[in-house]
Amino acid sequence: MDGIKSYVLICGGANCTSAHKDEIVKKMKGKIKEVGLKTEVQVLPKGCFGLCEEGPIFVVYPEGVFYSHVQASDINEIVVEHLLNGRIVDRLLYKGIVGKNIVTSLNDSKIYKKQTRIVLKNCGVINPENIDEYIAYDGYMALGKVLTEMTSEEVVEVIRKSGLRGRGGGGFPTGLKWSFAAKAEGKQKYVLCNADEGDPGAFMDRSVLEGDPHSVIEAMAIAGYAIGGSQGYIYIRAEYPLAIKRLEIAIEQAREYGLLGENIFDSGFNFDVELRLGAGAFICGEETALIASIEGERGMPRNKPPFPAIKGLWGMPTILNNVETYANISQIILKGVDWFRSIGTEKSPGTKVFALGGKISNTGLVEIPIGTKLREIIFDIGGGIPNGKEFKAVQTGGPSGGCITSDHLDVEIDYETLIELGSMMGSGGMIVMDEDNCMVDIARFFLDFTVDESCGKCTPCREGTKRMLEILEKITTGNGEAEDLVKLERLAYVIKDTSLCGLGQTAPNPVLSTLKYYEDEYKAHVFENRCPAGYCHELIQYFVADDCKGCSKCVSVCPVGAISGVIKQQHTIDDDKCIKCGECLEICPFDIIIKK
Amino acid sequence: MMLEFDFEKNADKIKELKKMIEEKKDMKGALIPVLHDAQGIFGYIPKEVQVIISEGLNKPIAEIYGVVTFYSQFTLIPKGKYNIGVCMGTACYVKDSQKILNQIIKELGIDVGETTKDGLFSLEATRCIGACGLAPVIMVNEDVYAKFDASEVAEMLEKYK
Repeated sequence: MDGIKSYVLICGGANCTSAHKDEIVKKMKGKIKEVGLKTEVQVLPKGCFGLCEEGPIFVVYPEGVFYSHVQASDINEIVVEHLLNGRIVDRLLYKGIVGKNIVTSLNDSKIYKKQTRIVLKNCGVINPENIDEYIAYDGYMALGKVLTEMTSEEVVEVIRKSGLRGRGGGGFPTGLKWSFAAKAEGKQKYVLCNADEGDPGAFMDRSVLEGDPHSVIEAMAIAGYAIGGSQGYIYIRAEYPLAIKRLEIAIEQAREYGLLGENIFDSGFNFDVELRLGAGAFICGEETALIASIEGERGMPRNKPPFPAIKGLWGMPTILNNVETYANISQIILKGVDWFRSIGTEKSPGTKVFALGGKISNTGLVEIPIGTKLREIIFDIGGGIPNGKEFKAVQTGGPSGGCITSDHLDVEIDYETLIELGSMMGSGGMIVMDEDNCMVDIARFFLDFTVDESCGKCTPCREGTKRMLEILEKITTGNGEAEDLVKLERLAYVIKDTSLCGLGQTAPNPVLSTLKYYEDEYKAHVFENRCPAGYCHELIQYFVADDCKGCSKCVSVCPVGAISGVIKQQHTIDDDKCIKCGECLEICPFDIIIKK
Repeated sequence: MMLEFDFEKNADKIKELKKMIEEKKDMKGALIPVLHDAQGIFGYIPKEVQVIISEGLNKPIAEIYGVVTFYSQFTLIPKGKYNIGVCMGTACYVKDSQKILNQIIKELGIDVGETTKDGLFSLEATRCIGACGLAPVIMVNEDVYAKFDASEVAEMLEKYK
């Protein structure tokens, strides 16, 4: 690479590539060639930087200058000004790194400084489609160490001592799971990776697979060695085409290099990995349902015990870990138990990746030590709530989790603390809500999801969630009755206690947690026919306030002719005709129309 | 929408599917990978195609129908030339993706899971597509519309008409 003076790193994560990045890359390469810098500047696609709100993202090295929101029309300026003339284009700089006339590097910015990147260490750093770059960052060294210096028992012991817990949501100790499968008898044992990231609002697994696919493959091989299995399967959502493509490339390259296949590192150990595509069923994130799906059946959960570690895929001992869990493994092997335990909390060492989304300034991925306070994540890293709105709640754990209020922002996040608050860690989606979100409607939204995704095997989940949804629909449309609230809660506990699998057992959580913390809102819907957040259509009323100028703009946009009034005089809205579309509120130049 | 499945017109596609079945029939758990192939080749999996798979893999058609209808990626009716997916993940939902969906339903006159009579558009309320940084998001085939608004629906549809 002689003669290369600058490197332009471009985020190749799904959020950025969706924002028309391909076109930008093409244009950039063209312009670089045009100004004669082709031999001096290299354009490199990288994994996700985690700052999805700021995309498309470019970083120019050696300066480490970080450009955000780059549009096709900005390319000529970056190439001519920065790459050719060496002058940084100030107006495109990411605002989080511009201090008093100094541009600091991304790692010193507020959003990165609070993070500890273990799982995401290579994301945004290496080219995920090139195995050499992964190897250059100590890739496959842990596999080499394990195969040449350690026994299987020692590997299991290291993972057990590290205290690593499953990052898919449940938090089961990974080492313990491995030790069960290692001890189990079977002529074949299987290593599975759960990449069926179905929680709405969570996309950390996607980013790891797109940005650092080898870290998962390497860890699966290590797991295979530890339990005595030679075949791995990655079960991945069909909705993630880019991640699938990068995994296919990575598996192919690893086979070429002899890092998958027979006699790896001359140790006599054989291991290979195959991809299996999901087909759009949330329940397949549950371990026994996932196994049924790989076997080619409907993804319906099975009774436990026997646990998969004893009797899993095709009746053989099987371990199943989530993508993020695997992404920790090789570094624990290389850096040791003490290092890993120095991060996070006593009970839950290490980090957790959260996907920040919803009503928050910096949406994107953040990796923080377990035990960090919610307030730090939302306000210091996430930048707080945009548009001057008030923070209302943060939803964690997806459809299995609950909402956490502002009273609990100083709780240190851990598997246990979240469960105490009526939520759960889940896969790490964190959706922030502001004053405009109705909590009853959010509960209805999640129930709608679980009703649709319930596999139908057991009655409490199949029928119970449907009845809960009906009650919630009654309440949000203004037909709720006092006894509905009692029924809702009773039903929730019955479903929790009697469902077969995790989906049903946790499906009532969004309802229970909102009932607990936002009982007032439920009561307002039921007893006062009012939605305090102004979201539930049937319960909103539009008014024209007293100082109406009579411009009649609202009359012209109202699709049902519900507004009447003489020009330059007070107008009124007929509530019987009004369909609550909100057009009048948006067009009113004097902000006289009020929604209640 | 019911469609006659034309064996003659689909002869090449049937041949392709049979080749895929032949390749995979000895693989463990072959059914779902084969269904992915079939969905890719025909764009949907009608009864006639299920019969071919049933014979090829030597599995009862009831089992195949059960699997096809269990997973949302497999469809029994063809999708439109342009398949519109409105993301209904939480991040998009809290940013008003329901309004976008309602507007599209209104403009196209079809419900979620349906295809317009002319076969041009089909509509889906998709699960989280993992592009939460761009919420609310809709997709038309491979085109992604980020930070979309219900007021832009008519203009967006016009592009494909």
